[in-house]
Formats: sequence, structure tokens, C-alpha cells
Amino acid sequence: MERFQFTKARTVLEAIGIAAQSTTAQQGAPIRFLAGGTTLVDLMKLDVERPTRLVDINHLELNKIERTSDGGLSIGALVRNAALAHDPAVVRDYRVLSEALLSGASAQLRNVATTSGNLLQRTRCMYFRNTAMACNKREPGSGCSAIEGDNRTLAILGTSPQCIATNPSDMNVALAALEATVQVQGAHGTRAIPFQDFHLVPGDTPHRETVLEPGDLVTHITLPAPRPGATSRYLKLRDRASYEFALASAAVVVEVAGGRFRYVRLAMGGVGTKPWRMMAAEQALTGAALNEQTVRQASVLALRDARPQSENGFKVELAQRCLAHALRLATGMASV
Amino acid sequence: MHETDPDALDQNESPQGLTRRDFLSRAGAAGVAGVAASMPFVAAATEIAPVPPAAPEIPGTLLVSLRINGTTYKVRIDPRATLLDTLRETVHLTGTKKGCDHGQCGACTVHVNGQRVNSCLRLALMHEGDDITTIEGLGTPEALHPMQAAFVTHDGYQCGYCTSGQIMSAVALMKEPCGPSDADVKELMSGNICRCGAYPNIVAAIQQVRGNTRVSEG
Repeated sequence: MERFQFTKARTVLEAIGIAAQSTTAQQGAPIRFLAGGTTLVDLMKLDVERPTRLVDINHLELNKIERTSDGGLSIGALVRNAALAHDPAVVRDYRVLSEALLSGASAQLRNVATTSGNLLQRTRCMYFRNTAMACNKREPGSGCSAIEGDNRTLAILGTSPQCIATNPSDMNVALAALEATVQVQGAHGTRAIPFQDFHLVPGDTPHRETVLEPGDLVTHITLPAPRPGATSRYLKLRDRASYEFALASAAVVVEVAGGRFRYVRLAMGGVGTKPWRMMAAEQALTGAALNEQTVRQASVLALRDARPQSENGFKVELAQRCLAHALRLATGMASV
Repeated sequence: MHETDPDALDQNESPQGLTRRDFLSRAGAAGVAGVAASMPFVAAATEIAPVPPAAPEIPGTLLVSLRINGTTYKVRIDPRATLLDTLRETVHLTGTKKGCDHGQCGACTVHVNGQRVNSCLRLALMHEGDDITTIEGLGTPEALHPMQAAFVTHDGYQCGYCTSGQIMSAVALMKEPCGPSDADVKELMSGNICRCGAYPNIVAAIQQVRGNTRVSEG
């Protein structure tokens, strides 16, 4: 691990002021915020992250879950994953978020990992994590070892010739389906970023993963008010029953009335280079009758743009089945 | 537990008159200044501020105060030192084990303010003011914690390397939301890997304590 200067930030403005001196907020940033550290310390040990300055933000007042004036929920950046998953309002009104959080990592990690850290969680692509291998995300221009390599767990949606790394977060998939908003405070004030716009597909710049700029501090994530009558579920499929990243996962928020879908929000994990909204399937289902045929057709449609790599072609059908079954669970067509 | 604890070997003198840990420490395995390498294995658990007055100040190191098992330790550490390495190499509480060192195996599990965490992913300097509990703070060979006793009763280990992490995890689990079934326990214990595969016995031990915390000595 490289040496670093350590500062315990006492205020949000102090933290932002220090981070604003960074040359980038993306891969290779010389100044990093330190929250739970479960990603950052891990990557610093691997020399994948080599910040020369850490700004400890754990003592900032960003650890509350509060109702917003419009009936939604405001989640502080430092709320730990375990606390968020077990919060009564989240369990009652945003079940998909609680299920997604509890399907990720281990109990130990969830006690420490934060909301903003999970939002910014880095890919588990083994070539990104191994400094002996070429990786455009870690070192722009060095190439992508994964495309010709072991890519079984990697992305089939949103890939580019430069990068096929998967966004590993379960929480992000739920937040995408819930249409969350990322609240950011930076050197030039605050801004609210729709979840869909926060993460970037790799394109030619896979080292840029979000729209964050130097000094930007994620302070909260807000959720819209829960829709009365809507149900939500998270289904995660993986190589082990627990403590493993998704091969495919689905977050479903639906409202069914009179045997028809009235409201549908779908997102998937384990398949995309960012948390992936399934908008074509949402549109196809909205207004459609609730039955096995519409569910299956929408799930096939959802993966229509999938571009598998040499080892992960199985993910297309797996993701289709995952989404279909998540829809069955959310609508009561299936119970397990 | 000592029969299955590899570090129990440390208490046996080698032919050269050095314990294994002394040798490793003097050979440079302890990269952190501040504590005499020859400090007896058990002394750290009972003595406050084990920093010898003559400890050299290595540039870039800093003095932190850590409350571990109810005792305050003032230690000089490198800012990069993890809580795990500080516990083992500086404070010499070696019951906490290093497995993967990347938050994947759970061998390093300790409690911070009563919650279980992977000490390998925590920088020690972040824990000033926290209450840290390690396996040494849980029970003693004469008065085992009920979870330790249950692990003995149910043979919840083979080589013993993951055991302190398993027990720390299991004790924390008692205060967490957890359903009644074995499957519920397995899910919440999935962050602790046992390469010997003692899982059925570990689950049995935990379930016994959940059903009856007054376990007789094993």
C-alpha cells in the first residue's frame, strides 16, 4: 500500500475543499473520501487504488434515514448497509432495497459498508483487480484482458471494445428500479442526479464510471414516495447460495390492478456495465395482462440487446429467467 | 480451544530459547514500531500502554489510543496499518487470525462497538474511541463464553484457524435479526469460511446457544 496523508474531516465543506484539489474523482484519483473502506482499503492493498491523501468522512452528520416532505425517503451517505436493510420504513415501503442489500456481501461487511460506498462500489472483474494484467479501466489504453480471457461473470449489456466489467452492486439495482436520486454537494453547490444518469457505460473511457467531479461528495440518496398498491422484490442468481456476486439479478417494482400491469419498473444486475434499467420490457408490460405469456415475452425482450462474450452466453437465458421469476414473485404468481 | 489453536505453539520454547512469535517478530514480520518484540504473549492483555519509553519514533508513524477488551493501549502505528495487523503485530493479541486479508474469509472478525466487522479492512487509526472486542475478551479457558463452550461441545472446528472468527461472528449474530432455521444461521454466517468444512457442527453450536444460552462447560 502506498503512503497517504490522512485527514479526519469535521464538516462537509472541509471534506469537499480538500477533495476539490484532486485531479480527478475517477480511477486513479490522488484524493479519496474514506467511508466504510470495504472497497477502497481492499483496492489499496492490491495497489489498484493508490491515493496519496484520504479524507475520513465517517464523522460527518450524514448517517440518518429521514422522511422527505413529499413522502419519500432520504438516506444519508454514511448509513451502513445493515442499518438500511433493517430500517422499518425500508422493509415496509421499499422491500426490493432491503432484499438487495441483504443479498450482498456478508453480515460483517454490511455492518461497515455505507450507502455512498455501495453506490460507488468497484467492479469485481479479476483483471481490474490484478495489476499484472492489462485493464483499460485501471490503466487507460493498456487494453482489456477480459475480452479474450475468463469473462464468464462479466457483462453482456453496455459493453464496449474497451471494457466488459460488470457493476457488482445489488443495492444499485434496487435503486435503479426505485428511480432514486443521488444528492451531491460539490465545490460549486449541490445538485440532484437521477439514478439513471449517475453511472456511465464504459465506451472509450472505462476509467470514468460516474459523473462525479473532484470535490463532489455524495451526501444522500433520496427515494420517491412509495406507490400505494405497488409491490417490489429482488431476486439474485449466483454460483453459491450466499456471499457471492450476481450472475444475474433482477429488481422489480410493479403495480397490478384488474389483472393488468399498471406500473412497472425493472432493473438488472450482474449483466450490465452499470445498473441496467429494462425500459423496453417496462413499456411492453405496462397495460398488458398479467399472465405467464406476457411475463416471458417481456423478459426475452429485456435481453434483446445482449452481446455475450466467449464464456458468458449462458447469462442471456439466465437473465431472462431471472427477470421472469422476479416478476412472478412480485405479482404473486409464484411464492418461492 | 488451545489444542486446536496454531498459536498455542507460541508458548512453547524452541531449542534456541525463542518462541515462534519472538522469532518472527525479530525477523521483521512486525512492521510496526512501538512494542518490544519480546513482550510475553499474555502480558498485552492485562497491561496498559505497552509502549516502551525508548521506542524509536519512525517518521510517518503516529500514536493512537485503542480500547481493546476493556484495556486502553497507546500504540505507535503506521497510518496504513489495519486493525488486524495492529491487534496481532503491535498489541500481540494473536487470537484474531489473518486469512485472506481482503474481507472474503472472516477469520479476522472482531467486534467494534458490539458489531462484527472484518478487521483486515479497517484502518486501525479509524478506531480511536471505539470499543474493540477480540476473542481474548470473550472468555477464558477456565470460564468459556457460552458460544466457545458450544463450539467445544459440538466440535465446531477441525484445524481451528477460522474458529475465533467464527465464534466472534456467532456471538454478534445473537443480537442481529435472524430467523429460527439452520438456513437462516447459515446465511448470516456465510462471511466466515471454514476450509475444513465444520459447518454442520458450527451451525449446531450456534443453534444450541440460541435455544439455551446457559450451556454447561464443554
